[in-house]
Amino acid sequence: MNRSSKILRYVSRRLIQGIPIILAIVVLNFFLLNLAEGDAVDVLAGEAGSATPEYMEEMRKKFGLDKPLPVQLAVYLKNVIQLDLGYSFRHDMQVTELIIDRFWPTLILMVSTILLAVGFGILLGLFAAINLNTWKDSVVSVFALITYATPLFWVGLMMIILFSIKNDWFPTSGMENSAMFYEGFERVKDIAHHLVLPTITLSLFYLALYTRMMRASMLEQYGQDYVITARAKGVSERRITFVHVLRNALLPVVTMAGVQVGALIGGSVIVESVFAWPGLGMLAFESLFARDLNLLLGIFLLSSALVVAVNLVVDVVYCFLDPRIEVN
Amino acid sequence: MADFWKRFSRNRQAVLGLIILCVVIFVAAIANIIYPGDPFLYSKFPLSAPGENGFLLGSDSIGRDVASGIAHGAKTSLLIGLIATLAAVFIGIIFGAFAGYYGGIVDDILMRVTEVFQTIPSFIFAILLVAIMKPSIESVVIAITVVSWPAVARLVRGEFLGLKNREFVQACHTLGMSDIRIMLAEILPNCLSPIIVIGSLMVATAILIESGLAFLGLGDPNVMSWGFIISDGRSMLRVAWWICTFPGIAILITVLAINLVGEGLNDALNPRLRERN
Repeated sequence: MNRSSKILRYVSRRLIQGIPIILAIVVLNFFLLNLAEGDAVDVLAGEAGSATPEYMEEMRKKFGLDKPLPVQLAVYLKNVIQLDLGYSFRHDMQVTELIIDRFWPTLILMVSTILLAVGFGILLGLFAAINLNTWKDSVVSVFALITYATPLFWVGLMMIILFSIKNDWFPTSGMENSAMFYEGFERVKDIAHHLVLPTITLSLFYLALYTRMMRASMLEQYGQDYVITARAKGVSERRITFVHVLRNALLPVVTMAGVQVGALIGGSVIVESVFAWPGLGMLAFESLFARDLNLLLGIFLLSSALVVAVNLVVDVVYCFLDPRIEVN
Repeated sequence: MADFWKRFSRNRQAVLGLIILCVVIFVAAIANIIYPGDPFLYSKFPLSAPGENGFLLGSDSIGRDVASGIAHGAKTSLLIGLIATLAAVFIGIIFGAFAGYYGGIVDDILMRVTEVFQTIPSFIFAILLVAIMKPSIESVVIAITVVSWPAVARLVRGEFLGLKNREFVQACHTLGMSDIRIMLAEILPNCLSPIIVIGSLMVATAILIESGLAFLGLGDPNVMSWGFIISDGRSMLRVAWWICTFPGIAILITVLAINLVGEGLNDALNPRLRERN
């Protein structure tokens, strides 16, 4: 069998493996919904009785809450498959619609964070590995250690104190200045201006992670036989580092960027609520205050599905990047 | 023991971490003596800058002492970090031990469950759990435990897989020992070192999660914590920088110290690993 059809089979097998995980998460979601005080309809109605009794009765029938638990679960599964995650009375909108609405700001934040963290992490790790065991290496290590131990929300608040309050360089909150009605390029510039502080805050933690990984990965590659061969051929150290070792060291780091996406979603809840960035994280924060549990469950479900999807994509991309990977 | 200490103290960063950690534990232990009374108690001196009106680290919007809050919060953070980690290690050992020891279908089922828990974005899951159970010390501990145990389970499973076919385990089988006794009394003691290392690092992560939850308003409303002070001081950021700044530094140095100690433990408990690097 040739390689491309092998990869195709591998992809389809991975897809099938992802289904039970998603199913398990949906079932978990269902039980969490049942764990909350009152029945599911109380939760759906936002607990404050903002729905009429008639509507709640109708909902109870729709969800079959008078039926035994397994039947309820089946109804819930059916609804989720049809992407019907219920209604948010606080926002007066379908949960699915609301989530899709707020997805884009989060995506912008996450993509810029990954680019920044991976980019600088690779540079810093490379810098540390080249200057191994010198003071430069130590400075990078200490920086990584400290950022690794700093709570994200505190970094965000300190950024606001330094760059928004003491120096009026960046806005404290929001995604754009909606009062200005910018359009086209001006709007992009405005959003980018708002994006700076949240992105730096969210990327710091991952920056530390990628820096340490890149350094370790470089050191591991330096120990490989091909480096000795290159040296024996008389290749300059510079060329060995930047052409031979760097390329091979990049691979695991780039892959890890995908694996961290679950943690990144958690971090974005914190960062978005610090900077009032109007994405999914902010929506989760708002739903906490409104006690809109159903909305929170919807966000949870979507972010879990996102992690499964990203992991799948990373695995497949990895197959193409590294021909040594066995796909059987 | 003396040997262990010698190896541990060779790592200067780890010793520094241990000293800082001891100071934090000491402050937590004497919080009731140096700042007796309720840390929630307000005074008539709101928003005093550090050093003003006898407030070492200033006071917040209703005149609560930030330093007192930090001292009492240290107790909360350390206790939650420790208890949640112990619980997660306990669950992780059970899952990992059974999966690794029995293999086959048991392993398959347990590891699928672990995989699901590892896939779920852990912080959002923790938020959801606390929100559903209502914020309290117990719900925060449960939430952190639920999101932390899978890492231990995977580690313990790997160790058990490697050890279960060794001669000393076969000897135990021949002696007619029960499976449970072999797992607990024979195999488990042989994989304690990596469990101690991962556990110590998990305490740091647990403290970070706890502070994040408290910052989002999901801490126990009756217990003082670092995340709570910061979240409460957020609205005063323009006029009183100190309310948010000092508790954050407390979190930072505590987590940093625990991480350093964890790496020191790793060097001291796995000397072979150290030599290879």
